Amino acid sequence: MARIVVITSGKGGVGKTTTSAAIATGLALRGHKTAVIDFDVGLRNLDLIMGCERRVVYDFVNVINGDANLKQALIRDKRADNLYILPASQTRDKDALTQDGVERVLNELSEDFEYIICDSPAGIERGALMAAYFADEAIVVTNPEVSSVRDSDRILGILASKTRQVEQGGEPIQGRLLLTRYAAERAARGEMLSIEDVGEILAIDLLGVIPESQAVLNASNAGLPVVLDEESDAGQAYQDAVDRFLGEERPLRFVDVPKKGFFGRLFGS
Amino acid sequence: MGIFDYFRQPRQKSASVAKERLQIIVARERAARGGPDYLPAMQQELLQVIRKYVKVNDDAVQMNVDREGDCEVLELNITLPDDRG
Repeated sequence: MARIVVITSGKGGVGKTTTSAAIATGLALRGHKTAVIDFDVGLRNLDLIMGCERRVVYDFVNVINGDANLKQALIRDKRADNLYILPASQTRDKDALTQDGVERVLNELSEDFEYIICDSPAGIERGALMAAYFADEAIVVTNPEVSSVRDSDRILGILASKTRQVEQGGEPIQGRLLLTRYAAERAARGEMLSIEDVGEILAIDLLGVIPESQAVLNASNAGLPVVLDEESDAGQAYQDAVDRFLGEERPLRFVDVPKKGFFGRLFGS
Repeated sequence: MGIFDYFRQPRQKSASVAKERLQIIVARERAARGGPDYLPAMQQELLQVIRKYVKVNDDAVQMNVDREGDCEVLELNITLPDDRG
């Protein structure tokens, strides 16, 4: 049985797809057979971030409709042996993701994979609800910014009530916070919500903090999940998050401001 | 903080403003969550009915759904103004 993990946020543009690519790649590199599914029907993008956009033949909706089987649609990643990508369809028909269809695909994947990462679209429409419904746990991607935090709280409300596990009388699924685009210096100056602020408002466990980093854009430009850029701060922060996801303890990095010298303090920055 | 910052107007840091605003709105949205979908509409209609007889504010009707064991308890709180007439 695979563990199904939804990467969600409510708000768009906070780093769900970047995170899905990074976490899935990180899990695969650690030897876990992992599938990552793009649930953003109509706006396929995971393929670009993963660098396999030219290898897409069939997609998620093709599999649901029976036009192709899973083997035909899954794209095998060229960098990580254990990683497979199921791209979103570009159909504009939002109803293409039927609950039965999604369940069938997830069940079939479950037989073969250890982890299934569901890259949720933004918003709280069908695609987002379907990505969350079958999940065993959630990673909530949030920027330290008011609208992102508020939307994350709404998504946590949905996760608490609208999942299969809850509807079948089980416990609400656990959601963990991944704070992205964090600028420690701005937080220290009181210009940005701090890790503690966001943690206090959302009241969920912290999975990791990804610093605001040029490496993220560089990685997406190249179609290379940022977790593979081992030199970069963001890449290392994602590696830590994957380790924590797997139950290991890792201290937070890239969250402290380097102390200024005498002149720095005198003249400010 | 540099030496020149001391001459600037002290003002509240924007992050603490953000935190306060978020805490308020998130608490309000959480309170509205979880209840049945018809709750907001019912609240509005009740308000209109009450207004046929008494002049009350928009927030005069407070509704809350609580769970006690197997029962759901709908708590309805209507605040009437002091000066009736």
